[in-house]
Amino acid sequence: MSEHTGIRGTVWFRALTGQASPMSGDPDSVLTADALLGEDNARFLCVVRDPHARFPCARDGQVGLEEAYTLATRVREVIAQDTNTIKRPIIAIVDVKSQAYGRREETAAIFLAAAAAADAYGSARLAGHPVITLVVGHALSGGFLTHGYQANRILAFDDDGVMIHAMHKEAAARITRRSVESLEKLGETIAPLSYDIRDYAKLGLLHKLLHVDRPEKPSQQEIQDVRDELIAAIEDARNSPVDLRNRLQSKEARETRKASILTRSMLEAQWAEEQAN
Amino acid sequence: MEQIEFDYPAKRKVSSKAHVGVVGSGDLEVLLEPVEGECSHIFIRTSVDGFRDTWKVVLDRFFAKYDGVVRIQINDAGATPGSVLLRLEQAVEVSEQ
Amino acid sequence: MNPERDDTKFINRQSFIELDARERAKALFDAGTSRELLGPFDRVESPWLPMQGVTPQADDGCVVMKGKISGQAAVVVALEGAFQGGSMGEVSGAKLTAALDLACADSEKGIPTSAVMLLETGGVRLQEANLGLAAIAEIMASILALREHGPVISVTAGTVGCFGGMSLAAGLSSYIVLTREARLGLNGPEVIEQESGVDEFDSSDRTLIWAIHGGEQRYATGLADALVDDDTQEVADAVRRFIAQGVPPVHRSSQVALYRSRIAALDPSRQWEPRELRATWGASGSVEEKR
Repeated sequence: MSEHTGIRGTVWFRALTGQASPMSGDPDSVLTADALLGEDNARFLCVVRDPHARFPCARDGQVGLEEAYTLATRVREVIAQDTNTIKRPIIAIVDVKSQAYGRREETAAIFLAAAAAADAYGSARLAGHPVITLVVGHALSGGFLTHGYQANRILAFDDDGVMIHAMHKEAAARITRRSVESLEKLGETIAPLSYDIRDYAKLGLLHKLLHVDRPEKPSQQEIQDVRDELIAAIEDARNSPVDLRNRLQSKEARETRKASILTRSMLEAQWAEEQAN
Repeated sequence: MEQIEFDYPAKRKVSSKAHVGVVGSGDLEVLLEPVEGECSHIFIRTSVDGFRDTWKVVLDRFFAKYDGVVRIQINDAGATPGSVLLRLEQAVEVSEQ
Repeated sequence: MNPERDDTKFINRQSFIELDARERAKALFDAGTSRELLGPFDRVESPWLPMQGVTPQADDGCVVMKGKISGQAAVVVALEGAFQGGSMGEVSGAKLTAALDLACADSEKGIPTSAVMLLETGGVRLQEANLGLAAIAEIMASILALREHGPVISVTAGTVGCFGGMSLAAGLSSYIVLTREARLGLNGPEVIEQESGVDEFDSSDRTLIWAIHGGEQRYATGLADALVDDDTQEVADAVRRFIAQGVPPVHRSSQVALYRSRIAALDPSRQWEPRELRATWGASGSVEEKR
């Protein structure tokens, strides 16, 4: 049901850009294209499965070394191109299995590669580019931190094939010494633990949940609707601060992230007090 | 997680609060604060259920020698009675510095 | 070399690793200038742990201290590795982000404020899953904003090390300080063994672990800025040095062309001896991109 098929990324990349290929010199695992979105020439990026990837641990849709540095390169390219002009939107289409788990990856500092991609996305946002993430499938832990989580606005489909989480079920069950069923049950009452995207939406981090009947085979109308939502999200991002404060200000956040809000306000008060002394 | 509370009669005013320890596996943290009145209150949160009697024995022992009027919060992750006593004594030492 | 002097230095050495988070943070400040904010007595705890039978810690495993380092405003945020493996929950994450944001706001108002993060952490606290992950994304965003104005320094000394999503936070830092005992990486050995098999990484092989993730290897491959002994004075001195250096001209995580070409030059058809990377990635590596 929530198995990672790895095809939704390509499907939606093609649906939104009319293309589905890497840029010259890039690995096949990163699709990049500039395409019209409303009035903007937006840059779209997506990490997809490449069974012939150079690194053996990155052949199943994982975000590995090459993927992370390619993303960083293609995002920084946009920042550089738009230094003195309108900041184009950057759209991250996300359906990633996870980060790459390998000895080569650790030796070659995948932590830095991941940071470099996140740096690029975050720097683009701080420079005024509207960065919009569309989660069409899975968005897990390090993979999502690398590709998607630095966005101004995050949109996701509301079906069972979409999953945002810190660790996939089997591993989480093993580490917390529970059964997968008991983990799922826990998620029913504790929203941050849930694997259901509709519960994730309660955390106030999502801009919008979108409905598409069959995300692997969208209709023309559905594609147009998603384009319109992206355009609206871009507009919203352009009219808002460049930081991530919206993730604490949504109606849902004010409900489920009360502790975060309280922590911030108390710290702010004590910091000011300390300053005054 | 179990919550356990005890009260002990006490007289001596204490001037300083104290915090010691870490809620690590087999360890605990103690938050000790002076309060008004003639009664010390102890609030325990422990991840190991079913040891209320053991806690009572430890705290009886502690309050047999300690007469400060305090509120003590214990956050425990499975410490031995010996460790609990040690942390309580550390907290007292810090509060009397 | 004077053997007597070495003995004195060794005897006077105070282990940084043996200090808890609060003691580590305090040790970095100019004497008498530090004050803890949102300490244990404020009792801002995890709302999620008690629901799952886990005893919360009164500071949620995160210590925020403000004061002066070398006479300049600084905030130190220390993660307590002994509590839930230093993992990031909603509250500990919020404390770190807010501290970085406040340092940034002060810097923008004309009070340059550096930030030091003492990272002993396995990453996301699984009992808070999505809120822990979201918190890390927000921490990363706050580091990016602050590091334009003032240095953000990561220190990892051990024994927990810095893993998971928080290794990305280290990666975004202006400077990374490590001891030999420290480890820094995205995925720890057990996770790799689980996900990719024991041939990929035998998590019982301690030599391999430090050969890949250990402080000395990271430093020797240009991925950390200082390698210090497990000595509180040395750690404090390294932090002071980097605060004095200020914001680097280009952050390591922004040196994309350099690292992309380094990855392209690797031959992934075989496993490498980690030491092999020292020759090509070590101090000889140059900064390609300039602002």
